[in-house]
Amino acid sequence: MEFAEHLIRWFHVLSGVMWIGLLWYLNFVQVPTMAKIPDELKPAIGKHIAPAVLFWFRWSAASTVLFGLLLGGMQKELGNWLSIGLVDGSTTSALIGIAMWFGLIMAFNVWFVIWPKQKIALGIIDAPAEAKPAAARKAMLFSRTNTLLSIPMLYGMIAAQNPPF
Amino acid sequence: MKNPLESLHMTVALGVVMTVIMVLVALGIGSP
Repeated sequence: MEFAEHLIRWFHVLSGVMWIGLLWYLNFVQVPTMAKIPDELKPAIGKHIAPAVLFWFRWSAASTVLFGLLLGGMQKELGNWLSIGLVDGSTTSALIGIAMWFGLIMAFNVWFVIWPKQKIALGIIDAPAEAKPAAARKAMLFSRTNTLLSIPMLYGMIAAQNPPF
Repeated sequence: MKNPLESLHMTVALGVVMTVIMVLVALGIGSP
């Protein structure tokens, strides 16, 4: 069981690095650079790079959550984490629990806001042309929300394993 | 008023502030 937990934790971290790495690529690189890209080159981003990024982004988000929940269940800590330490009165459970809730909110945003809105913005599904700017803005703001949440989320996940106090 | 999340720098700053709040809440909830 311990070795299985060890493997699941590795899969959780691998998935999480891919997810947050792509989130930060979108927010720190792609979105701020779009305005500087010549118009004739922009379709390369919209039609090729962004759909590939969003594929790995949303599935790595799903597998991060899946492996994280599995790990919590295997360690019989899921209840303590979901209750942000209010049941066992532990700072560690509070940190990992709050971080877990941030991660769950972020994954929800990916699947139920960012991906549906990006499908409209990138023309992956049919939608009126006038709907695209609003969809792109909403996707960007929820992506920024996830970037904001990723900072305390990662701190909580790391500090719970390596407490500084 | 401009949404603070439109600025990447503001987003990161808010994330750091939120981290500090999270630590204070966690310390308030339990013992290490």
